Amino acid sequence: MKTLPRMDVAIIGGGWSGLLMAKELGARTGLSVVVLERGGPRKTADYFDGMDELDYQIRLRLMQDASKETVTFRHTSKDRALPVRQFSSFLPGTGVGGAGEHWNGCTPRVLPDCFEIVTRTVERYGAAKLPANHSMQDWGITYAELEPFYTRAERLLGISGKTGDPFEGPHSAEYPTPPQKIGHFPTLFRDAARSLGYHPSPAPSANLSQAYRNPDGIVRPACQYCGFCERFGCMVGAKAQPTNTLMPVIARQKNVTVRTGANVRRVLYKDGKTTGVSYVDVQGEEIVQPADLVMLASWTLNNTRLLLLSKIGEAYDAAKGTGHVGRNLTHQATSRGVVMFFDHPLNRFMGSGACGVAIRDLDGDSFDHGRLDFIRGAYIAAWSRGYPPIGGFGAVPPSVKATWGSEWKKAAIDAFDCTSNLGISGEHLAYRTNYMDLDPTYRDANGDPLLRMTMDWNDNERNMIAYLTSKMAEVGRAMGAREVAAAALPRRYDVNTYKSTHLQGGTIMGANPGNSVVNTWLQHWQMSNLFVLGASTFPQNPSGNPTLTILAQTLRTADAIVDRYLKRPGLLV
Amino acid sequence: MFTLHRTPMVVHAQSARKIRVPLRFFDEREALIISAATARIFPSDANGPGATEGGVVIYIDRQLAGPYGRDRYRYTQPPFEDGLPEQGYQGKATPREVYREGLVLLGQDFEGMTPAAQDAKLKGIETTYFFRMLRQHTIEGMFSDPMHGGNADMIGWQMIGYPGPYMSWGEHIDQHYGKPFRPKPRSLREVVGHPVKPSEDAE
Repeated sequence: MKTLPRMDVAIIGGGWSGLLMAKELGARTGLSVVVLERGGPRKTADYFDGMDELDYQIRLRLMQDASKETVTFRHTSKDRALPVRQFSSFLPGTGVGGAGEHWNGCTPRVLPDCFEIVTRTVERYGAAKLPANHSMQDWGITYAELEPFYTRAERLLGISGKTGDPFEGPHSAEYPTPPQKIGHFPTLFRDAARSLGYHPSPAPSANLSQAYRNPDGIVRPACQYCGFCERFGCMVGAKAQPTNTLMPVIARQKNVTVRTGANVRRVLYKDGKTTGVSYVDVQGEEIVQPADLVMLASWTLNNTRLLLLSKIGEAYDAAKGTGHVGRNLTHQATSRGVVMFFDHPLNRFMGSGACGVAIRDLDGDSFDHGRLDFIRGAYIAAWSRGYPPIGGFGAVPPSVKATWGSEWKKAAIDAFDCTSNLGISGEHLAYRTNYMDLDPTYRDANGDPLLRMTMDWNDNERNMIAYLTSKMAEVGRAMGAREVAAAALPRRYDVNTYKSTHLQGGTIMGANPGNSVVNTWLQHWQMSNLFVLGASTFPQNPSGNPTLTILAQTLRTADAIVDRYLKRPGLLV
Repeated sequence: MFTLHRTPMVVHAQSARKIRVPLRFFDEREALIISAATARIFPSDANGPGATEGGVVIYIDRQLAGPYGRDRYRYTQPPFEDGLPEQGYQGKATPREVYREGLVLLGQDFEGMTPAAQDAKLKGIETTYFFRMLRQHTIEGMFSDPMHGGNADMIGWQMIGYPGPYMSWGEHIDQHYGKPFRPKPRSLREVVGHPVKPSEDAE
């Protein structure tokens, strides 16, 4: 074991949140900062040869190597958890940039009432409307408090969009770049949705509609709509990624180091303060990196796992309902909604990860739930994403029963470019029975216990998806589809079908130490020189994609550290 | 041969020339059996060429010979236990082993059987893990970039009107609404101007 010279700040994880914090501290302080990233370095040029569906979307070249570390999964605490032997339901990234490299660039803001979900629901419907067994709580901050940081995050990434969605909270500024162009399919949705009284808006996108210079002076070119976003890195840098938006700034900062191949296993502490971290490098050597300030900024699940492995804070005990580390695990209640079969081609090989049209009429509490058997809703969108030939092949109208052979082949070829679906990305409430702890049986390549996920869908998600699916079928018919098929409704949580990589919770934030792991400044309640960044701090899962909110929260925390914590270390109030 | 919108196109792979490709995993007998099975899943018929013309068996052979075939990236720590379907594949068998078992299911005489008898045989194993894998690999072999060994001369892409990896559709994304836009397919190698190393050739 080797002990390195002390640094002021050690940041675990080189994805969006960790690198953004490093960039902010690098620019605004003289602190020495090291980012410890367990994967390898990445840069835009790495993606030039990367337009291959098989290696990237199916063999998952940019993702965490499941052979070394995965998670285990079971539905309830009575069941036996088994390892997720290959990632499918969600896809953790690795390497510099993390999942921020392979994301789609969808950047909706969270609806204001999400931040006060319990208060608002009780106010409008009474406490009896909350599902039995829920463990939701207000975030402890409001949309208004976060709004300036949303705007800053949008400027950092150059988000393309147009404000004006009537259900969203106020925006203090227009999006920095106009909306992306869209393919045929989203226009059909836009027109049909409008004719039925919905309020479609261009989906905000981190894929630039035009060249843009951000406040750090970083210039990125316009998106070319090549269709290789999801699970790919952008070969021209039009999709905002940590490697093209943050790393060029960090590379100029003398006080920030990004150390790759550093797999952090423990956060170290003494007398109630963290003293640094220990990690294994690529040679397998154990290394201690002392630091005065530690930031956990690895992906959601790993933030929780590191706190559990390090025995920091009280682990959640589902039977007793005590402790907080690991509780409120949420994924996202997603569905392929309705699948539509048209009589005309959609040319759907063109597009970008976030070019589309969305409605929020059925999101949050935008609609009256008084007579419905669920609360909350979903962000619903039609995308032109560049549908790939392997993943996009094989869908046939419900009238065709064959799944292989000539009949299926004909139907699948006919349907290939005439089919698309509406994406439903719904809130996932938090429940006492959905949580994480350490697995008693299975271990990672270093011998540490895997994280164990205990999670299932509940009636609120099932009913919400069923209701929204029926509403979307109406829109699908108004879009002129020949056949409209409802996607399978969620029954039990499964690890086989991709949902999103938006797992959240485990190190949740809150207004007081009695209900959370970190305060609203993302500072650990019991260990004031430890901060936890990222979606692991979301108390429950808002609809839509979390990255913009993660960035806004990280900026808010960076301000608090620079403006207040460094002047007077201790618990921020 | 017709594309999606019934526009005739020349498909070079349909020419009479035969290409001999060295096998990496299967022996010749096994390759013929797997090839015959993929040809029933994705047949050559009035709707265009199938798995045989696409070279799907070459694709599968290379995948099985490479890191995927030996589960290089799958979590393979014991204990292996049966779980619920929602917990995902828990088998110990690697894709290579799944195919070895699948070849036994298909039988030594599969290749020589009539198409109807082959279909009946496949129908009988439709719910097996092997069959689901074979079906998925057939689609992959038809529609992946030709550098992986299948989709010969991009016949799969031509059939469905997919143009392959172009660098830019910036001038087209908001055009051609409701009308087929069918640029000539190009492979990744053609687009980037040099050979690209596929994952099956990695360690």
